Amino acid sequence: MGKMPNWADAVLVPVISLLLAAILSALVILAIGEDPLAALQLMVKGALGSSYGWGYTLYYTTNFIFTGLAVAVAFHARLFNIGGEGQAMLGGLGVALACLYIPWPHWALALVGATATAALLGAAWTLLPAYLQARRGSHIVITTIMFNFIASALLNYLLVNVMRPKGSMDPATAKFAEATHLPTLHDMLAPLGIAFSKSAPANISLVIAVLACGAVWVLIWRTRLGYEIRAFGHSEPAAHYAGINATRITVATMLISGGLAGMMAINTTMGEAERLVLNSVEGAGFIGIAVALMGRSHPAGVLLAALLFGFLYQGGAELALWTNIPRELIVVIQALVILFTGALDNMVRMPLERLFTPRKPSIKKG
Amino acid sequence: MDYATLLQVLDSTVRLATPLLLACLAGLFSERAGIFDIGLEGKMLMAAMLSAAVAYVSGSVWLGLLAGIGASLLLAALHGLASITFRGNQLISGVAINFLAAGLSVLIAQDWFSQGGRTPSLTGGARFEPITLPFADALAGVPVVGPIYQQLISGHTLPVYLAFLCVPLTWWVLYRTRFGLRLRAVGENPAAVDTAGISVVGLRYAAVMICGLLCGIAGAYLATALQAGFIKDMTAGRGYIALAALIFAKWRPWYALGACLLFGFLQAIALRFQSIDLGGITIPVQVMDALPYILTVVILAGFVGRAIPPRAGGEPYVKER
Repeated sequence: MGKMPNWADAVLVPVISLLLAAILSALVILAIGEDPLAALQLMVKGALGSSYGWGYTLYYTTNFIFTGLAVAVAFHARLFNIGGEGQAMLGGLGVALACLYIPWPHWALALVGATATAALLGAAWTLLPAYLQARRGSHIVITTIMFNFIASALLNYLLVNVMRPKGSMDPATAKFAEATHLPTLHDMLAPLGIAFSKSAPANISLVIAVLACGAVWVLIWRTRLGYEIRAFGHSEPAAHYAGINATRITVATMLISGGLAGMMAINTTMGEAERLVLNSVEGAGFIGIAVALMGRSHPAGVLLAALLFGFLYQGGAELALWTNIPRELIVVIQALVILFTGALDNMVRMPLERLFTPRKPSIKKG
Repeated sequence: MDYATLLQVLDSTVRLATPLLLACLAGLFSERAGIFDIGLEGKMLMAAMLSAAVAYVSGSVWLGLLAGIGASLLLAALHGLASITFRGNQLISGVAINFLAAGLSVLIAQDWFSQGGRTPSLTGGARFEPITLPFADALAGVPVVGPIYQQLISGHTLPVYLAFLCVPLTWWVLYRTRFGLRLRAVGENPAAVDTAGISVVGLRYAAVMICGLLCGIAGAYLATALQAGFIKDMTAGRGYIALAALIFAKWRPWYALGACLLFGFLQAIALRFQSIDLGGITIPVQVMDALPYILTVVILAGFVGRAIPPRAGGEPYVKER
């Protein structure tokens, strides 16, 4: 099989996969008896047509950047972290603990502190799966799935039995103090004279998410650890001969991955809800898989893919509001993207590779 | 807990273990052939939706069962296409199938019935009826044994008996037939099977389709026997518990029965008691929910005997040229 030029691998394959997913989604919409073009227009208008729409799109984007980076970092070491959901739940717990029990004088300090606790608890939730993968050979996919369910039971217990304020029926913590409330894009853009919707939840976490993209790029391609992670991912025996400690790399990669997934909580729990609610992650951990696959595990790709999914999420909510198309359409699109960019990658890639390979007279072996 | 309560809990254990057992055996066939399948959940969900929909429209639970199996087989074929033919990542394919089912099942149910993504309630012939075994009522008066026979063994629906029959059947197929030997071999060393002139691709597709068949029955059981109709996300993680049971059972059929009964028992307890008092210590219900997963992690950690998966599991087979 011939090699494709780099640009084709980075751009053409994801774009064709996306097109395939889009065509199938359009067929689904047609089958429901709605007009796919009108639906797309409605989605664009609802998600990008106003600063309110943008505010929601960017809010979702922030979540997906964090979870997408989490999956992407693990992919570089050829580890499949499917536990972003549970790690983000624990991140939410970290944010809640920091915001509820520490009297922060200013939101900036609170943000630093809560980011640290969120990352810490998210990372801690990967420690056991990573260790078991490295030392006991138990598959990280299975253990991280199990840890998702354990996290969900743990949060359920804590919110119902421990952290719920007295007299409240809602399984959620108390509201965080005023001083920990993060500035929204409206607050941030107003001094610059840019009017932005007041009610949209996008907040300063977006900036942290974009910074995290840069940090992950530096980590993977400009540091020794990143080099070791990639070497380990390309060939475990080769990394072993080069003196790279497999346990150390597996655990370090998963800790970083879990930390990134946990940091998602500053956006949802601190930025939007301003208290810890039961289902604060809402599947964003799983969308990270689609985002990382589409973004080819590159931070720039993750950023773009997260924006696309942010658009799909907000657009899908608008569709559910104005048409007969339920929100679950987004889940279907997400599944198709994972299917084409992840599992059926070779189906797209093989014909393309053939296209790029110059035709040569075939040499028969004797 | 008195005797009557115990019987009730055990009775609901059997009913709750059934979908786990079917899905667990489904995963066993697939993984023993070297194809990881974390899409058990999705296949069950899709089967549940379509079986409930067809059973409602046709009024026949049998047509519903067939439709559910068909839906599950389609998803199984997709998994085969991705992971066998195109040699894609089996785990990612499974994830995609789970989401596809989670989305499509609600989408289709909403489009057909407009009841918020559920199917209408099933009644009469659209559901599996409990089967009363012979002499169940006559023997009810016999002390101790009578109630066990009448309540625990008799009075379940057909898929329950089918699921329990599948355990010896699976054992027999895997360990006593030529097909089973080849199937296990293809999961351990596909190159050897290929060298013997047997199609690796064919065997793996066969295993994946058997997996689809069993998941289809499990899904149909959920929607037409355990409950009366499909509701959104009604599998509620059962596919993952079945996966946990499969590891717990170390990929062996009789142990799978034990693991599924244990996990079914935990579900039955969690369903019946909100919290359990053990002499001063109260165990919250969430512990029961999390216990299958915690136990599986403990098993995986190798503290209670090591769980070693089929050696070629997860690896696409590339034929040597």
